Formats: sequence, C-alpha cells, structure tokens
Amino acid sequence: FPGLADVSISQDIPVEGEITVPVGSHSPDEDYSTLDEPVKDTIMRDLKAVGKKFVHVMYPRKSSALLRDWDLWGPLVLCVSLALMLQGGSADSKDDGGPQFAEVFVIIWFGAVVITLNSKLLGGTISFFQSLCVLGYCVMPLTVAMLVCRLVLLAGAGTISFIIRLIVVGAMFAWSTLASTAFLADSQPPNRKALVVYPIFLFYFVISWMILTFTPQ
Amino acid sequence: IACLVMYLFAEFDDAANLLAANPDATTISIDEPVETPKNQHSRLQEPGREEDDELLGTDDSDKTELLAGQKKSAPFWTFEYYQTFFDVDTYQVLDRIKGSVFPVPGKNFVRLYIRSNPDLYGPFWICATLVFTIAVSGNLSNFFIHLGKPTYHYVPEFRKVSIAATTIYTYAWLVPLALWGFLVWRNSKVMNIVSYSFLEIVCVYGYSLFIYIPTAILWIIPQKVVRWVLMVFSLCLSGSVLVMTFWPAVRDDNRRIAVATVATILLLHALLAVGCLAYFFDAPELDIPAPIIPAHNGTTVITKSL
Repeated sequence: FPGLADVSISQDIPVEGEITVPVGSHSPDEDYSTLDEPVKDTIMRDLKAVGKKFVHVMYPRKSSALLRDWDLWGPLVLCVSLALMLQGGSADSKDDGGPQFAEVFVIIWFGAVVITLNSKLLGGTISFFQSLCVLGYCVMPLTVAMLVCRLVLLAGAGTISFIIRLIVVGAMFAWSTLASTAFLADSQPPNRKALVVYPIFLFYFVISWMILTFTPQ
Repeated sequence: IACLVMYLFAEFDDAANLLAANPDATTISIDEPVETPKNQHSRLQEPGREEDDELLGTDDSDKTELLAGQKKSAPFWTFEYYQTFFDVDTYQVLDRIKGSVFPVPGKNFVRLYIRSNPDLYGPFWICATLVFTIAVSGNLSNFFIHLGKPTYHYVPEFRKVSIAATTIYTYAWLVPLALWGFLVWRNSKVMNIVSYSFLEIVCVYGYSLFIYIPTAILWIIPQKVVRWVLMVFSLCLSGSVLVMTFWPAVRDDNRRIAVATVATILLLHALLAVGCLAYFFDAPELDIPAPIIPAHNGTTVITKSL
C-alpha cells in the first residue's frame, strides 16, 4: 500500500469506538404469523390463490405458479360441480342412465391418482400432489362445456343442439388436454413423453364422453 | 489502520458485486441421467438374442432367469421396486404392440419383444383403453341401430362401463395367474425347457388384447356378417400370438395335456370376444314392434317382425 508508507501510529493512541451490530430483534414468527389477522383476509388470500390458478389454466403458459403452490380446493369445487351438473339425466327404471354422482367423483379422483402414479413410475420428477392439482384444475374447460351443454339443452335437444354440443365439448377437450400437457410434459424423461400424455388424453376423453352423452329426462 | 481496513472492505465489495453479477459462477449442478446401467443391460442381452430366432430358448431361459433376478433387487415395499416394471420407452411399447398385431410365424413374442423386461404399462393401459372403447362403441352402435325408431330414447348405459372393467381386468389378471400356476405345477412334474415368469405371462395377455381395440371400434358397423368376420380375424391374430408363446412351454409334456392347455387358452380368449360382442352390442336385426298403422276403416293393423 504505497499511500500508507508514511503513516505512523503511535503506540499510545487508543483505538476505541463502538461497533454495534444490529441484532435481529424480530423473530420469524412475527412476520409470518397469520393468527391475528381477520378471517376475511385468510379466506380472501386462499380465494385469490385459487382464482389465480384458474386464470393460469385459461391461458396456459409455462408458469410455475400452478405447480409451486398446489392446492386441491379448485379441483374439489370443479369435480363437485361437474358431478352435480351430470345429475338429473335420463334415469330409467332399468337403471341404465348416466353416471351417478359417486361414479363421476370416483372416476375423476381415481383417474387422476392413477395417472399421477403412472407418471411417477415412469420416472417423472413432479410430486404427487402437484400432479393432482394440475389434472384437477385442467378439468375446468370441461366444466364450462358442461354448463354450456345444459344451457343448450334447455333450448332444445335436436340435431343442431347436438352439433353445437359436439363442437363445444370437442374444443374444451382439446383445451384441457393441451393445458395439462403443457404443465406436465416437462417433468418427464424425453423418451417417455408419449407414454405419459396418452393416459391424460384417455382421462379427458372419458369425461368428455360423459358430458356429451348427457341427456335430460 | 482505518485506511487499510477501508481498502480491504472495498476489495470485498468488488468481489461481492462480481458474485452478484454471476450468481451461477460458483454453482455446479450435476444432473446426469442414469442411462449407463440400462445400456449395459441391453448390451448384455444383444449377443444372446441375435441367435435366438427359434421358439426354443435353450440356455436363454437360464440367462433370462439370472438377468431377471439381477434387475429387480429392490425390496418389494419400496417405490423403486415397482418402477422396474415401468422401465420402458415409447418405442419399446410401440414395438411390442406391433409384435402383437403382426405375429411373425415362428417367433416367440416373449423372447423377441419382452426379453426379460416385462412391463406393466402396456397391459394396464391397453385394458383401460379396451374397457372404454367397448363401452363407448357399444353405446354408439346401439344408438345407430335404434335411431329413427319412435319409441327409442337414448340412454348412456353407464352401468356397462363397470361391467366391462370388471370383466376385462379379471380376464387379463386372473387367467394369467391360473395359467402360471398350472405351468409351475407341470414344471415340477415334467422338466420343461421354456418357462415364463408371472409378469411375462401378464405382459403377453395384455398386449394380445390390443387387437380388440380397433375391432371394437369397427364393431359399430351394424352388419352381423361384418362383425363375425372381424371377430374371427382378430381372434386368429391374438390367438396365434398366445399359441406361439405357450406351445413351447407345454410341448414337452404329455401330448394330451399340452393340447388341452392350448385349447383352453384359445377357448377362454374366444369366450371373452364373443361375450363382449353379445353383451355390449345389440344385434342389428333386432326389431322393436313396428308402430301401429291405423287403417282407414277404423281397424288397426299391428305388424311385428322378429
């Protein structure tokens, strides 16, 4: 250090002072404690998270919000509403009608679990509940299609209404499959992508079939 | 000393800025896919397989037993154990499906395609697809047959999906179990050269059901002759896959038992096809009673045709 060559420090100058290091006086609990907030805040936060995920499904981009903060509220609401809307169909005494509430529920949840297990067994890196979350949220286009079908059926049940329903359900089926593939395909090994995508296709096909064949009494 | 300390702090600041600019500079991620064990495994098998073009695998069965033992070494309560049953790539599954649809006479499906790597992906998802294909096709075909009849009201017949699922999954899992048990029992009495593990038998049965998927779709055509021709054709294809697989396993046995075993296999397979056709697809000539035709003089004429 050339500039300091001529500096001399005499021995009797005390070097003293105060070095204060600010101790983190706030505990981590204080920042994240949500116990004291009003109930409205708690509910609104969860509702906003669920709503944000619905928006992500409507415009599927490769965002990680759906995967990172998974929740199963959205899938539950969608599944229950879809199963409820599939009720009230033609139910003969021969009991040959449409699916019961429990059947729709079981098909959706059991189907999602089986597809998740399948993708994990094939070597996927996504976690169990993340995959359930994505598959459940991507049922939303088909729930919208069911709503549209019921409205169309209110107007009539002829050939034109069938064609409209076919187009709507077909488009929503393609949307669901593409949305869930966009989220899930990246976590699979590259030479097994088709093996993972096919069961997802079959799953949404079965749900679309149930929606399309719904006939009111 | 204060200046010295300030200078040192300045140097640290620069270093910190540098680190902030390239945060990846110090991070090394080691992310190799575990490919090498698989390559070694397949290379081990190649020399043995190239010579094995006959139905009879002489010392191959010993090698496959050894290799099978080496592969599945994880204990059965871990997830990795079950991952070994899904160790297939897309092209392998497609090859196995192709082998079940175009059986080459003289080549054994198990030896040629499965090669001691039986998978559960094919059997499970082919059965699932078949269940829904049969249910949907049956529903569609009934709809087209009864279309236009005034008393017909469309029903989705969802109950039949559960019945189809039970039937097909029972067939695809219980019949291989029974067959495997039977072969093990005969093996203890007569020394057979060729023996299969339970998973290989499940695999063969699962892939042999694939031909029924396009058959079920074509069964929508409401012609009796067309349906029976399709059924016989698909039965021949999948039956030949099963026969060529299981004949070498029983032919060293008593001649009558061997023939009876193969005949039972084919009979059960045919029973499944005929049962599905009869239950899920209404007969095309079935006529509901024609509508009442009111004549002009007040009497009504009712015509019925069976």
